[in-house]
Amino acid sequence: MADHLETRNSTTTLAGPEPVLAPGHTYATVTDKIAAVPLEVGWPRFWIVGFTISALIFGMLLMTILWLLGKGIGVWGPNNPVGWGFDIINFVWWIGIGHAGTLISAILLLLRQQWRMSISRFAEAMTLFAVACAFLYPTFHTGRPWLAYWLLPYPNTMAMWPQPRSPLLWDVFAVSTYATISLVFWYVGLIPDLASMRDRAKSRFAQVIYGILALGWRGSAQHWNHYEIASLILAGLSTPLVLSVHTVVSFDFAVGLIPGWHATIFPPYFVAGAIYSGFAMVLTLAIPMRAWYGMQDFITMKHIDNMCKVMLGTGLIVAYGYAMEAFMAWYSGNLWEMFMFKNRTTGPYGWSYWSLIIFNVLIPQVLWLKKARQNIPLVFVLSLVINVGMWLERFVIIVTSLHRDFLPASWGMYYPTKYDWSMYLGSIGLFLTLMYLFVRFLPSISIFEVRTLIPRASKGGAH
Amino acid sequence: MSSISGNLVQIKTSAEKSLDLGAIREKFANKSGPEFWRSLEEFSNTPEFQDFLDNEFPQLGSDWRKPLNRRNILKLMGASLGLAGLTACTRQPLEKMAPYVKAPEEFSGNVPVQFASAHLLGGYAEGILVESHQGRPTKAEGNPEHPASLGATGVHAQAALLTMWDPDRSQSVLFEGKISNTSAFWAALTVIREKHIAKKGAGLRILTENITSPSLTEMIRTLLGPEVMPQAKWHVWDPITSDGARLGAKLAFGEPVSHYYKLDAADVIVSLDSDFLNFGPGAVRYAHDFAARRRPEPGKRRMNRLYVAEVTPTVTSVLADHRYAAKATEVEGIARSLAAKLGVAVDAPGGGPYESWVAALAKDLKAHPGASLVVAGDPQPPIVHALAHAMNEKLGNVGKTVVYLDPLEGNPVSHAESLKALIDEMNSGQVETLIILGANPVFTAPSDWNFRDAYLKVANRIHLGLYVDETAEISHWHVPEAHTLESWGDARAYDGTITTIQPLIDPIYGGRTAIEIIGALLGKQTTAFQTWKRFWRDKLKVPDFEAQFQKALHDGFWANSAPPPKNVVVKGDFRQLPPAPSPSGLEISFRLDPNVLDGRFANNAWLQELPKPISKVTWDNAVHIGPSTAEKLALTTDDLIEIRLRGRSIQAAVWVTPGQAPDTATITVGYGRKRAGNVGTGLGFDVSPIRTSQGWWVDSGADIRKVGRYKLVSTQTHHGIQQIKDADAEQLNRALVRVATETHYLEKPDFAKHMGPHDPPPGLSLYPGYEYKGYKWGMVIDLSACTGCQACVVACQAENNITVVGKDEVARGREMHWMRIDRYHKGELDNPSAYAQPVTCMHCENAPCEPVCPVAATVHSEEGINQMVYNRCVGTRYCANNCPYKVRRFNFFLYADWDTPSLQGGRNPEVTVRSRGVMEKCTYCIQRINRAKIEAEKEDRRVRDGEILTACQQVCPTKAIVFGDLNDKESQVAKLAADPRNYGILTDLNTQPRTTYLARVENPNPELVKG
Repeated sequence: MADHLETRNSTTTLAGPEPVLAPGHTYATVTDKIAAVPLEVGWPRFWIVGFTISALIFGMLLMTILWLLGKGIGVWGPNNPVGWGFDIINFVWWIGIGHAGTLISAILLLLRQQWRMSISRFAEAMTLFAVACAFLYPTFHTGRPWLAYWLLPYPNTMAMWPQPRSPLLWDVFAVSTYATISLVFWYVGLIPDLASMRDRAKSRFAQVIYGILALGWRGSAQHWNHYEIASLILAGLSTPLVLSVHTVVSFDFAVGLIPGWHATIFPPYFVAGAIYSGFAMVLTLAIPMRAWYGMQDFITMKHIDNMCKVMLGTGLIVAYGYAMEAFMAWYSGNLWEMFMFKNRTTGPYGWSYWSLIIFNVLIPQVLWLKKARQNIPLVFVLSLVINVGMWLERFVIIVTSLHRDFLPASWGMYYPTKYDWSMYLGSIGLFLTLMYLFVRFLPSISIFEVRTLIPRASKGGAH
Repeated sequence: MSSISGNLVQIKTSAEKSLDLGAIREKFANKSGPEFWRSLEEFSNTPEFQDFLDNEFPQLGSDWRKPLNRRNILKLMGASLGLAGLTACTRQPLEKMAPYVKAPEEFSGNVPVQFASAHLLGGYAEGILVESHQGRPTKAEGNPEHPASLGATGVHAQAALLTMWDPDRSQSVLFEGKISNTSAFWAALTVIREKHIAKKGAGLRILTENITSPSLTEMIRTLLGPEVMPQAKWHVWDPITSDGARLGAKLAFGEPVSHYYKLDAADVIVSLDSDFLNFGPGAVRYAHDFAARRRPEPGKRRMNRLYVAEVTPTVTSVLADHRYAAKATEVEGIARSLAAKLGVAVDAPGGGPYESWVAALAKDLKAHPGASLVVAGDPQPPIVHALAHAMNEKLGNVGKTVVYLDPLEGNPVSHAESLKALIDEMNSGQVETLIILGANPVFTAPSDWNFRDAYLKVANRIHLGLYVDETAEISHWHVPEAHTLESWGDARAYDGTITTIQPLIDPIYGGRTAIEIIGALLGKQTTAFQTWKRFWRDKLKVPDFEAQFQKALHDGFWANSAPPPKNVVVKGDFRQLPPAPSPSGLEISFRLDPNVLDGRFANNAWLQELPKPISKVTWDNAVHIGPSTAEKLALTTDDLIEIRLRGRSIQAAVWVTPGQAPDTATITVGYGRKRAGNVGTGLGFDVSPIRTSQGWWVDSGADIRKVGRYKLVSTQTHHGIQQIKDADAEQLNRALVRVATETHYLEKPDFAKHMGPHDPPPGLSLYPGYEYKGYKWGMVIDLSACTGCQACVVACQAENNITVVGKDEVARGREMHWMRIDRYHKGELDNPSAYAQPVTCMHCENAPCEPVCPVAATVHSEEGINQMVYNRCVGTRYCANNCPYKVRRFNFFLYADWDTPSLQGGRNPEVTVRSRGVMEKCTYCIQRINRAKIEAEKEDRRVRDGEILTACQQVCPTKAIVFGDLNDKESQVAKLAADPRNYGILTDLNTQPRTTYLARVENPNPELVKG
């Protein structure tokens, strides 16, 4: 335990010329500043406006779901050759976005990356909310959503189990495991901070609520011991999930025999894409938040720079994936693969492929420049571009592969309906609503972890 | 108890203050439980409650059409609870239920029984057997004994069943548009009859569609006879029959003559714009006989050769070995040129672009005297028909491939002349009473004759029809007509065989038949059955009439009733008929819609949703324009154009059709109905304004102007010509339809096995394959025989309760047909070869749909069938995505109509009606398989080959589909599966499909191939 803290403190000095915490902070100022957001800042105008808009969009989601349940999934656009549309595109997109949180909180923890500390809480929350959004789609996209629970293995009078060869069943396990571990990890990480909040809250109501949530944390050495062990175990459990969840999601396609789906490269390429889009989303959210709440001290340029580098790296893996798909289509000499690639690039949905290449491969190359990585507005725009690009990637994989497959007589087109859009925008509304609530009521940056970043000289204050 | 009274009290408080609640409560207060019901009765007798009831449920229920608010709901709930108690007090009539100790004759319980009847089209009969489930007709099959059917039917016989059950059919007698009753009509008819009898029939006219029925014809003739109403007249108007054929026969032989073909005896067949394999009295039989000569056999030449000259691609040209895309007006030139080359004395101007084609054709015909055939098409003028007769005579085909008969039609006159005469008489006030039996001339008559205005001048307008249509609307009396499947009667088949019509069900809406109306005019008010039976008894005058009659009913036709061949000689001098000048400008052909015909099936949703055989357009008619003409006119698919012809104009949408002759447009009629029913009204474009008597089938000099865009919907290649090109090119790459000439086939019968991507070698799997110990079902489809007529698609729909989804859903690509006919082209787009490929579920051995279903809703049976378990399906649609053949269909909404009682009546009770959110697909008609297996097990034997016919197989006129047990080496399907022509599609994916194909073999003329 002590060793552990020691190590952390000693490595802080290695942060180099670009600090991951602005100079001049003490334990007290860190706690004050972060805890003030839920406890003292209250209801700033930007929060009220933003939350209201998000909640309204979320309301649209609820209306869409009601309509969908009443009428049938025909209100969406899927049809005969294209059996999946926005539903699965958005599912994969949201699941991918969630990956950054897990990567930051698990893998970077194990790799002892100090800079992760100030963004981990936030990224983990994002993971949870993204998984919640993702969860909507497989549930409501089924023809009979009230029977979707048949995908769960539970003893029943029908004496039927789910069919274990189906990748959709693997999805059920992968995603539900992922959601559970992420939730537990996030909550366990929150406990010390919840205790701080309990201690600092002035209203009785807040004290009680934070108190209950803090599970009686008193900051004793034993508590810290347990905490560290739990945290490491959860990190260990989460680490394979970063790789496995999107691998399993990619099996939905790779196991199918549709040209454009049936490719062994899918698992690594999906995982890289997930991290790519996840970091883009962290940036999309962190940049405005840090400006609005004046958190530049905690989410520093160093963080932004590092995240940009991760995006650049994963973006290159994704680009390699695209290149390999093209190469394999040509190299295999396979009739179906060659046609698939030709149709993907020059067919009716060619625009989506070329937009994808521009958004995901070409534009992000500016991140090679340090100047670009330091330019906050540019990075924000880039993060949006990558989010759109990764959405397009899923569109390309699902729609362009299905719409022209084996028998030309069955070729068709896919057009999303307004309910596809309202479900998609509505899920963004749900996501933002949860984010606003999170920022308002919980410390969105890990107080105790950031405090460990304070140079050793300035000791003081209590845990 | 108390809660019920509580509710009643609540009504009072909210509704009627005048009601003395206190008093009623007191009334109840002293009663104990068991007396409650009596008390309620007392309650209900109080005047206050009566007032309340009157207020609450006035006969005018209009109050309840207002949106319900909370108070109304409470009132309703209370009242229904209270009234539920009241009705319980009414004594219901006693109905005893007891099992049959001795079942009535022919009672079969749940086992469906079949009755022979007929389907009528253009007056001609196609013999059918109708399956009846406890008195409800659910499915028509061909009558295997009947010469026009041989067990198969066309699309219309299949769909006619839906028309019978159509909830939009006319349901009551109407007088001046208001509901009347049958006895009032009979009374009125009696008055009319007496009035006209007094005048010897003057002023009475009867208008019918084409009639071949011997009994009805004779009854009408009796009515018009010297003893009853000699001055009354019988007119005929049936726009789905051909005046060209009638007048052509008269031109050739000097008298009305009917004819039919024997296609199995023909080696070389020439079609002059005729769709004889798909439409017409003998089409089903012709398709059968034609296809019998399309199946190649190793070691001998036996295929026939078909030449088609036509303006717009048809089902007939799908199997053509040579097709010439001719303008409709050019066909006469082709006929003259061909006739002249065959030695018919006729002026042939020559010099047409078709000369070399015609020369090769003439040579081929001459090489096959007595075994060739020239067929003229319905839309062609009389001269072409006459020349066809002359050519057949010159070629020595008479009696061999073409047979002449005395006219089969009851009134063999030109329909156009007959209708025109009627209109002239109506306009000049000579018609006092017009009785229209079945026809809808207000919609179908040439627009320049203005039937409607003339009809409105008639004092008594009486209409018998299935629907309250455009004609019924302006008739004084409208009488619902009994559907053929509800009537007694008879009609002749294409060869003259007298086919009996017997009802499967009592007329659902009390419909009447033409026989009854004519019977009433004759003063014989008996039932249709008695009238009809008496007719035959009197006519035949045989001692064992009853036995013969029963046999005819059982068989569906009078044995040996086809008239003997007639000896005729071509007398016409064609030199007196100069060639028609070739008109200039854009030529417009008017064709019957392949599905709704002249509009008579407009309200039949099956036929509306059935893709048109070549274009695959549904729910609309379209202007078909060839690719090069479209380019010239700067038009594309879905352009809305205005067509101006002879000063009249219509708007319609363009569909670019490969194979349409240059500088022509074909527009199909039968759409734009104003009064068809909930399904058919307002669909498509009304062509009638520009379809005049001068240019009934074809007209020239049209002006076309683009006025906007429209959305036509098709089930294949929605996006115009470029997509058609792409799809056709890819089809060739993928070798889905494998084709060779007969010559090539004879050298290498297994040519199909060497085309397309390579199959994976067998034995790659680590696991042993499943061993099918019992049955192993499979299907083989012969592409050499398939014309793409789509009867199988409708048969499948009728058998398997497949829903229609409507135009908007088809536009989204959500049609539900379990079976489809994929259409491809090869060659230049202005005159390509067309291929038809029926696609059903392939029941793959390694079905890609099965492993991806997370809930095991689609599984393999131990007999090899890929089964869909509707109850288990949650609707992830993964299976549909992963199906390479895209044969799975998803219920995106609740497509099935669960509420309309008459539609429920017509469903097959052996097949689940699917709900929203589940996947469905071809089952190989598993209900039929199980029925046969049960029968076989009862007799302790295996199912015999041919005992199970799938719906698509049974209906197929060309017998292109064969189903059976692959484990039985002697079965037809096992033999075909081992045929060298056999191949599977997408087998390189290792799906191992159960449904395989026999490659298509063609027999082109080497002389034309070289050129």
